[in-house]
Amino acid sequence: MLPEPTLNTYLALSAVLFSIGTAGVFLRRNLITILLSVEVMLNAVNLTFVAVDRFLGTVDGQIIAFFVITVAAAEAAVGLAILIALYRHRETLSPDAFTTLKW
Amino acid sequence: MDPQLIAHLGVIGFTFFMLLNSAAVLVLMERKVAAFVQQRLGPNRVGPWGAMQPLADIIKLMMKEELRPKAADTFLFYLAPILCAAAAFAAFSVVPFGADTTFFGLLDDPVKLVAANVNVGVLALFAITSMGVYGIVLAGWASNSKYSLLGGLRSSAQMISYELSFGLSLAAVVMLAGSLSLNEIVDSQQGYWFGFIPKWYIFLQPVGFFIFMTAAVAETNRAPFDFPEAEQELVAGYHTEYSSMTFALFFMAEYIAMATMSAVAVNLFLGGWHGPFLPEWLGWVWFLAKVFLLLFFYIWMRWTLPRYRYDHLMEFGWKWLLPAATINLLVTAGLVLRYGW
Amino acid sequence: MDALFFWLFAVVAIVSSVLVVGQRNPMYSVLLLIVSFAALSGLYVLLNAPFMAVLQIIVYAGAIMVLFLFVVMLLNVTKEDEGNDPKPRFVIGPGPRRLGAVLAVVLAVQLIWALRTIADAPFMADGVGTTVKDIGLRLFREYAFAFEATSILILVAMVGAVIIARKDR
Repeated sequence: MLPEPTLNTYLALSAVLFSIGTAGVFLRRNLITILLSVEVMLNAVNLTFVAVDRFLGTVDGQIIAFFVITVAAAEAAVGLAILIALYRHRETLSPDAFTTLKW
Repeated sequence: MDPQLIAHLGVIGFTFFMLLNSAAVLVLMERKVAAFVQQRLGPNRVGPWGAMQPLADIIKLMMKEELRPKAADTFLFYLAPILCAAAAFAAFSVVPFGADTTFFGLLDDPVKLVAANVNVGVLALFAITSMGVYGIVLAGWASNSKYSLLGGLRSSAQMISYELSFGLSLAAVVMLAGSLSLNEIVDSQQGYWFGFIPKWYIFLQPVGFFIFMTAAVAETNRAPFDFPEAEQELVAGYHTEYSSMTFALFFMAEYIAMATMSAVAVNLFLGGWHGPFLPEWLGWVWFLAKVFLLLFFYIWMRWTLPRYRYDHLMEFGWKWLLPAATINLLVTAGLVLRYGW
Repeated sequence: MDALFFWLFAVVAIVSSVLVVGQRNPMYSVLLLIVSFAALSGLYVLLNAPFMAVLQIIVYAGAIMVLFLFVVMLLNVTKEDEGNDPKPRFVIGPGPRRLGAVLAVVLAVQLIWALRTIADAPFMADGVGTTVKDIGLRLFREYAFAFEATSILILVAMVGAVIIARKDR
């Protein structure tokens, strides 16, 4: 039948999700999708915390994951506000348009 | 098969079936109550006292032409009513409607009369109702029309604003009951004070009940908070471009959300299925009676109160209801600590 | 039975995350991310963390993603092509894109290789569980300062977001 999931399986799943998020941040040329990839990465980290929590039998991992979710909410709000402000200036959402500080 | 499993599946099927029936009954109830409020008779041609009117309505809705604007995003256009209806149905799955029963001794262990007995029931309910926002947002967007988009944005902004007060009033009840499971919240409302006043939370939390009902009316987009559906303002808001069965799904989702909110209010504040004179296994009769009372209250409110303007609605939600809910929570917390419930 | 659910949720999470990253239309990306959150929520339920599961749906899928959706709708990004690529490709394009893809694959390989060096640890028995009460007690006793600091953080973020996104003049 299907192999029983162990802690390593959960950590491997989390690693794969994290790399998918990283790939999104590297590869996409649309600011909203970059923010979404950052959310994918944060989710992968949450999964790691909760999986190790189950393994150790404590509750600290869930609390840390709770704080990660809260901080991700704050970061998404501010990130999207910045995105809206940027869009108002350049009418585009490609990060290649905001390169005036490059030398 | 395990008889417990069969009983449980029976409860799930029965809940779903009764929800569908309640949508039909509510269609008729709304029109009859509206008629009596407006001093006329309402539908009385189709069947005795208009009892077959819902059937006629369903057949009419099914026979209409299914329209879709050409520039609408097809997948999202059809996904939106499905999301709305699915969220409305799924939210009822954590609501218990009767005492534990063994079906007159046919089963060994009693089975709870709830489709899904999760021990974080209140939070799960909150989670599923917040998914209902997506149906409305996507309906507004996918119709690709100005009225729909504005209606959808306004409606969803209203829903997420009133979700906060909703959650805070839930939190106050959870503090009193000491558990997140709806079964345990109802069970902690058993008994009487002084022999005749039932230990319902509405007597301990009158402000909380008011906040909950107001937030529930705003969450389900019913009058007086149904600005996005006001015909004079935005044609029909987010469901302007929908017809036939997709409109029927929105229609049904609204009535079932109403029924779910009433059922949750009965479980949280009005003692669920506990009531005098009837034995415990007939508790569901009391549950039904209380839910119908709250539904009547919903419909009565729609046809009596004038509609709120959108900015007044949002101001009320953020500047009056949310502080009231917060103060309610703090006062409840203080009293629980002091008197140790 | 649990194994079946785990693999189902894992496959859904991975497929929807890949589609989030690879999808052209940001509106569909947001919706696919919601599907990914739902799959992760299911995984939390399998990990005996029902509070985290519902919290994920309430906060992440129910609030943050609505915010993303509003921004996508307001900026109407679905009609734009992204970037100034004349012939947009999926993953492997010229120059930096190739390097980015390679780096992501290297990261994945490194992480999974690091997992192979530790012993394969089975989970604890099902009976040991943590209840919401345990979470509440820890949160408001040991982590009370972090809780208060986070609430101030959210207040600051809220005020900041309103000010940044406001139309000036």
